[in-house]
Amino acid sequence: MAEGIRDKVVILGMGCTKFGERWDAGSDDLLIEALTEALQDAGIEKKDIQAAWLGIHIDEINIGKGATYASGALHTPFIPFTRVDNFCASGTEAFRGATYAVASGACEIALAIGVEKLKDTGYGGLPDSPAFGQEAVMIGPNATAPGMFAQLATAYAAKYKIPMEKLKEAITHVSWKSHQNGAKNPRAHLRRAVTKEQIMGAPMVAYPLGLFDCCGVSDGSAAAIVCTPEVFRKLKPNEPMVKVKALQISVSSGEEAMFTRWDGAGIITTQTASRKAYEEAGIKDPRKEISMMEVHDCFSITELVTMEDLGISPPGGAPEDILSGFFDLDGQIPCQPDGGLKCFGHPIGASGIRMIYEMYNQLLGRWPEDRAVKNPKFGLTHNLGGVPTQNVCSVAIFGVD
Amino acid sequence: MVGIGSFGGYVPRYRLNRMIIFGSMGWLNPVIITNARGEKAVANFDEDSITMAVAAGMDCLRGVDRQSIDAVYFATTTAPYKERQNANIVAGALGARDEIRSADFTGSLKSGTSALLSALEFVAFNGGKAVVCAADCRLGKMASTQEMVFGDAGAAVMVSDQDVIAEYKGSFSVSHDFVDHLRGANTKYDRMWEERWIRDVGYQQFIPQAVQGLCSKYGMSPADFDRIIYPCYYGGARKNINKALQVEQEKVQDDMLATVGDSGSAHPLLMLAAALETARPGEKILLVSYGSGCDALWFEVTENIEKMQDGRGVSRWLARRADLDNYQKYLVWRGMAPAETGIRGETDKETRWSLVWREHKAILGLWGSKCRKCGTQQFPPQRLCINPDCQALDEMDPVYLADKGGTVFTYTGDMLAASVNPPAIYGNVNFNGGGRTLMDFTDCTVEDLSVGMPVEFSFRIKFYDPKRDITNYFWKAIPAVGEVK
Repeated sequence: MAEGIRDKVVILGMGCTKFGERWDAGSDDLLIEALTEALQDAGIEKKDIQAAWLGIHIDEINIGKGATYASGALHTPFIPFTRVDNFCASGTEAFRGATYAVASGACEIALAIGVEKLKDTGYGGLPDSPAFGQEAVMIGPNATAPGMFAQLATAYAAKYKIPMEKLKEAITHVSWKSHQNGAKNPRAHLRRAVTKEQIMGAPMVAYPLGLFDCCGVSDGSAAAIVCTPEVFRKLKPNEPMVKVKALQISVSSGEEAMFTRWDGAGIITTQTASRKAYEEAGIKDPRKEISMMEVHDCFSITELVTMEDLGISPPGGAPEDILSGFFDLDGQIPCQPDGGLKCFGHPIGASGIRMIYEMYNQLLGRWPEDRAVKNPKFGLTHNLGGVPTQNVCSVAIFGVD
Repeated sequence: MVGIGSFGGYVPRYRLNRMIIFGSMGWLNPVIITNARGEKAVANFDEDSITMAVAAGMDCLRGVDRQSIDAVYFATTTAPYKERQNANIVAGALGARDEIRSADFTGSLKSGTSALLSALEFVAFNGGKAVVCAADCRLGKMASTQEMVFGDAGAAVMVSDQDVIAEYKGSFSVSHDFVDHLRGANTKYDRMWEERWIRDVGYQQFIPQAVQGLCSKYGMSPADFDRIIYPCYYGGARKNINKALQVEQEKVQDDMLATVGDSGSAHPLLMLAAALETARPGEKILLVSYGSGCDALWFEVTENIEKMQDGRGVSRWLARRADLDNYQKYLVWRGMAPAETGIRGETDKETRWSLVWREHKAILGLWGSKCRKCGTQQFPPQRLCINPDCQALDEMDPVYLADKGGTVFTYTGDMLAASVNPPAIYGNVNFNGGGRTLMDFTDCTVEDLSVGMPVEFSFRIKFYDPKRDITNYFWKAIPAVGEVK
């Protein structure tokens, strides 16, 4: 029986750039910024890092293949440096590489760093790329990410027989809440609180998702330095320790896209990864035990179905939880306390690590009063990459001792 | 007995009222008001002569075993390819076997009937079934007579030596290098000589010449025919031709100018399909084409006709209509005016021909696979069964899904995707009989859609690669047009 990685790896230090339209910064600048902060926080030097993983998804327009761009930009001293791509879970995938390396004993201190420079395309939204291969170019739809995720809404409304107006009201609250949180965060991309009327009245991007139902497309980088608990105790003998409690990834089997069993109103990989993560972390009732979450709210409807897929809300119950304020910053389980993808921004390869950055700092009680989650015990992060019919999900859980 | 075994038609959904053209362009050429009656059928942005030929062919081949087809002929003057046989794309979409005769017929507006004659001779010699699909999508310049007159449509005829609905009795052809309309090999727009000359020397002489030729050949008189079908968009010339032939007006098939427009090489066959929708056993039909000469064909309707009068043909497509209320949209769809679709729309998509060949059954014919172990239908074709409880390896039989239809599972209308007909509508479709795939939707608005509603599949342009002049095709979902009885 595999024992998992619970409590075997701890976070030594983290860094995260301001996300946004960083017109003046290249990927190299962003990487340097994130690593510099992480090294300072960890209290170590670059030479102490024994292995590194780079998370980045849309390689062609950023830094090419492999990790040599990053190793060259950061001048890492001939250590192993590996690029990983798993769609929007790439950041967490890099974190998994570093974490597994430490948990295995192959090294004691490892780096996970994610970066994405999305604002060099010349247009809004994610770059158009043959992300699902050349066959999909010939037979797949003329689709974009908002359109692919918007279909969750049509399927959800049909499955639970709720009027689209009611569903729209719930997802409007999702975006409203994230704007409330993002407005308080100096590193967030979108820092303006908006009214529900503004959200509802915004131009349609992909029915039924309007402009404010879609997350920001941003430049940014985030870094995590992980180590064994022993190394942490040696370096930071009197400081609280943020531990990795669980880290699970689940990838589509193809069933959602071709077989007719999936209901289209939730994400199977999220359901799968979260159940495994709760087991790994020893969590029995996530609705009672999880203190806060950063989930993959690429679109407001994604966050809504994720609340059910994670087992926090019952099936069909997310709209009610959302509208009751359950996931607001002062609710039972604050979701997206940093503004989420919606407002903090979404430089794909960095996003998973940015979520961990938020959980890490919340667990350490480092944030000012107005955006601090009260006495958190477990923080959960969730990435969803790809599209609802073909995707990658990561769920990670962190705790503090 | 050799003759027509089935027929089909296709008229694209969008119709452009000719007064809209006049309203937009009359300032430049006020005389186009003389042709401003009625509306013309306009191909959607994702349609061309190939897709309309396929649509007509699908209409014609309802209930026909695709494996029984021995030849597929495509007639058009607006083929997307000079080299790459267009007919093979049509044949692939129709689900025909690989071991068939195929050919493109082009170069004149009588190419539709020339293809039909070749099909009749093919079946007379070889037996079996041959399908003729004709379609045209001709362009006139802005403010031209051609722009007013031309319409887009497709028509199809299946020739058979069994159970024919109209027996082929004979033909007569005339061929002239008479250049009334002209397009060079690299020219997009039709050019015509003086209309009075076309009318008086072209239509009014050649059509009677072909009809009289056929009548003398078989000892007939034009008055012996119950229905006379010929294209001619000059109302005055039609009267003169009828007078010259001494045929009564009511025996002459409506030219559909007010509802479709002149659909070029498809037009005689489109009029034939309309005629066959109501033809009675025993009727003698005279079909005449026009363009660089004429073909005249004589058919006699049999008792079998009633079995084929099940809704196939032209009427249901004519009834399925939507106004194209905007002349600029027409210009953009036909590539007559550059339109900004954003930098996203500039993405270079290269066609990888070895991949296309490897997957050609799925791409052209929407062929999926069906598991022999568990019966699960799936698309695209799989080697490992998609049923999680089965997962059998290499236990698949091919299954043609293009005529299966399905239901909407999810959908959206996407304003971000680059499109000249936004929003880009797409979603998941569950195939009737099992299996699911994500595909584009067309010929509808987002408001038309709901989860669970029935759809059928329509062969469309998937994308055009302007850098390499490649038109790629695939299937899209359209709201079910209405069941054939």
